[in-house]
Amino acid sequence: MEPITRIQSRTVVMPSTNIDTDQIMPARFLTTTTRAGIAKHLFADWRYDRDGNPIADFVLNQPEAIGCQVLVAGRNIGCGSSREHAPWGLYDFGFRAVISSEIADIFKNNSLKNGLLPIVVDETTLEWLLANPGALVTIDLERCTLTLPTGAVVQFPIESFARVCLLNGVDETGYLLSQNDAISQFEKHRA
Amino acid sequence: MPSTLFEKIWAAHQVVPETLDTPAVLYVDLHLTHEVTTPQAFTMLRERGLQVRRPDLTFATMDHSTPTDADQLFGRVPIKLVSAAKQIEQFDKNCKEFGIELLDVMHADRGIVHIIGPELGLTQPGKTIVCGDSHTSTHGAFGALAFGIGTTEVGQVLATQCLLQRKAKSLAVNVEGALPAGVAAKDLILAIIRTLGVSGGTGSVIEYRGSTIRALSMDERMTVCNMSIEAGARAGLVAPDETTFAYLKGRAHAPAGAAWDQAIARWRTLVSDPGAVFDREIHIDATQLKPMITYGTHPGMSVAIDEPIPNLLNDPVFQKSIDYMGLTPGQQMLGQKIDVVFVGSCTNARLSDLRAAAQVMQGRHVAPGVTCLIVPGSQAIKREAEREGLDKIFIAAGAEWRESGCSMCLGMNGDLVPRGAYCVSTSNRNFEGRQGIGSRTLLASPALAAASAIAGCVADPRALNA
Repeated sequence: MEPITRIQSRTVVMPSTNIDTDQIMPARFLTTTTRAGIAKHLFADWRYDRDGNPIADFVLNQPEAIGCQVLVAGRNIGCGSSREHAPWGLYDFGFRAVISSEIADIFKNNSLKNGLLPIVVDETTLEWLLANPGALVTIDLERCTLTLPTGAVVQFPIESFARVCLLNGVDETGYLLSQNDAISQFEKHRA
Repeated sequence: MPSTLFEKIWAAHQVVPETLDTPAVLYVDLHLTHEVTTPQAFTMLRERGLQVRRPDLTFATMDHSTPTDADQLFGRVPIKLVSAAKQIEQFDKNCKEFGIELLDVMHADRGIVHIIGPELGLTQPGKTIVCGDSHTSTHGAFGALAFGIGTTEVGQVLATQCLLQRKAKSLAVNVEGALPAGVAAKDLILAIIRTLGVSGGTGSVIEYRGSTIRALSMDERMTVCNMSIEAGARAGLVAPDETTFAYLKGRAHAPAGAAWDQAIARWRTLVSDPGAVFDREIHIDATQLKPMITYGTHPGMSVAIDEPIPNLLNDPVFQKSIDYMGLTPGQQMLGQKIDVVFVGSCTNARLSDLRAAAQVMQGRHVAPGVTCLIVPGSQAIKREAEREGLDKIFIAAGAEWRESGCSMCLGMNGDLVPRGAYCVSTSNRNFEGRQGIGSRTLLASPALAAASAIAGCVADPRALNA
């Protein structure tokens, strides 16, 4: 995984609330056994028409979306299915952070494990972001701050261990494996 | 200090306690796996040269992408969906390579992962249970701490039998009073989700408590716990009691003999102590509940069967949802024309659910133009239903009787609701396109679904059963 310290990007805005993982990655694409090329299915049913042509007014099909690393979404993004294919798709598309006022638990967990920052902000900040698509924002993971073009600096919470892993570009599996002795001890104690 | 049930299970599984800097290392007693959310986890194991630490605590089945058509399932004809066939084949290889017991397509005990766990007695009070599937919350009905995880975490559990977890908050949902006649567990959980909202449980483990919950059968408790995730909760729990023990006794993997008595003694301690403090509590009066049905595109958008769809047109999200559904604010759901009925899924495909549907359909016929699919939750349930003659009732009524699996709940296996069609479904999610591109899902109980299949429109099962 690439280390993340700072992200500076324009935002893509999807104001819908409760964007579930079935929208982010419809179930028919889950028969894949790899992660390769998954971005092409991202938001497939909002992004393409019946014939598979891009729907021009969908935000991800607009030229402004190209190269954007920050997705701003209405409250409670990522609800529903635990499919990790949802954050894989967002990451593969180029996103490195998702901002909302609430982010569903499993999606948040899955995102943290894939270099996609789930950033929870207060309703007022979210309202501003929703009202200003394309705003140039800066996310500083060292300081846990989101800086808006107005100069406003917003602190965001992030699980401390996941943050360290993201800053250093290491995954958590190595840490869990290093707990082998404690795990063996626990198993022995219970047996 | 008095503890909640959740705190007791949590404390008993901490390999390394949580600190400010690090989450707890939490031990997993049972890891359930299926074909959809594991392939990339096995790839990770191979890339790192890792083994499965505890194949004896890992069980595998195939349910999501498996056909419900017998000829395809049992290999008499090729599986139509090529990608699904490949995924099934890959899972078979992975389980063999890593020494995991797999209930494959030919196995008599195969079924939906959250249905066979309890059926086989693998699901037990006090266990920590995970699976790469959000409806793992179902197993909480037994007083197990059970929750869905992503594929990276599946890999972590395969390799270490542990997960990194921050302790969740606790939320008590207290339900008191007798459920009125004709009101099902599904109606109760839909009402709870409407009260909590679809993110009301975020960050929390719910404990369902109160006289109503105590009076529920295990099947009903599973329906309630199953949909905890639809309120955003990480897990749902019901403290084990005599109902739980009676269900588990004699099951294949349940303790037997002296071990059974010891287990019962241990399980009896798995209750929230008097005076235990929850981070939040809500109260529901069960006596006021009615059959429920959803009208929108998330499970919180529901009405009682005699209640009109609300008018929230100044809310653009509501507007978008209602447009997608092709419904009108102020409209009654009762009488809304439908095209498909699906009785199935980890929410409502157990024997009692099939009985409820059969009771309504007996001696009646599915309305012209309506397709009705009945998909049992497991092969064992299918056999039992056939022994009782339920299959004959369904077939005589003009419904389709299929092999077990997730089927039309998410349509991964090709069982799909056509574009624009209305489906009364006993499953758990009414998201846009969940049952097929452009599908319009109305979530309800098995009885309501069956009554609607007969009427050809949304119907009140209490009227047909009277």
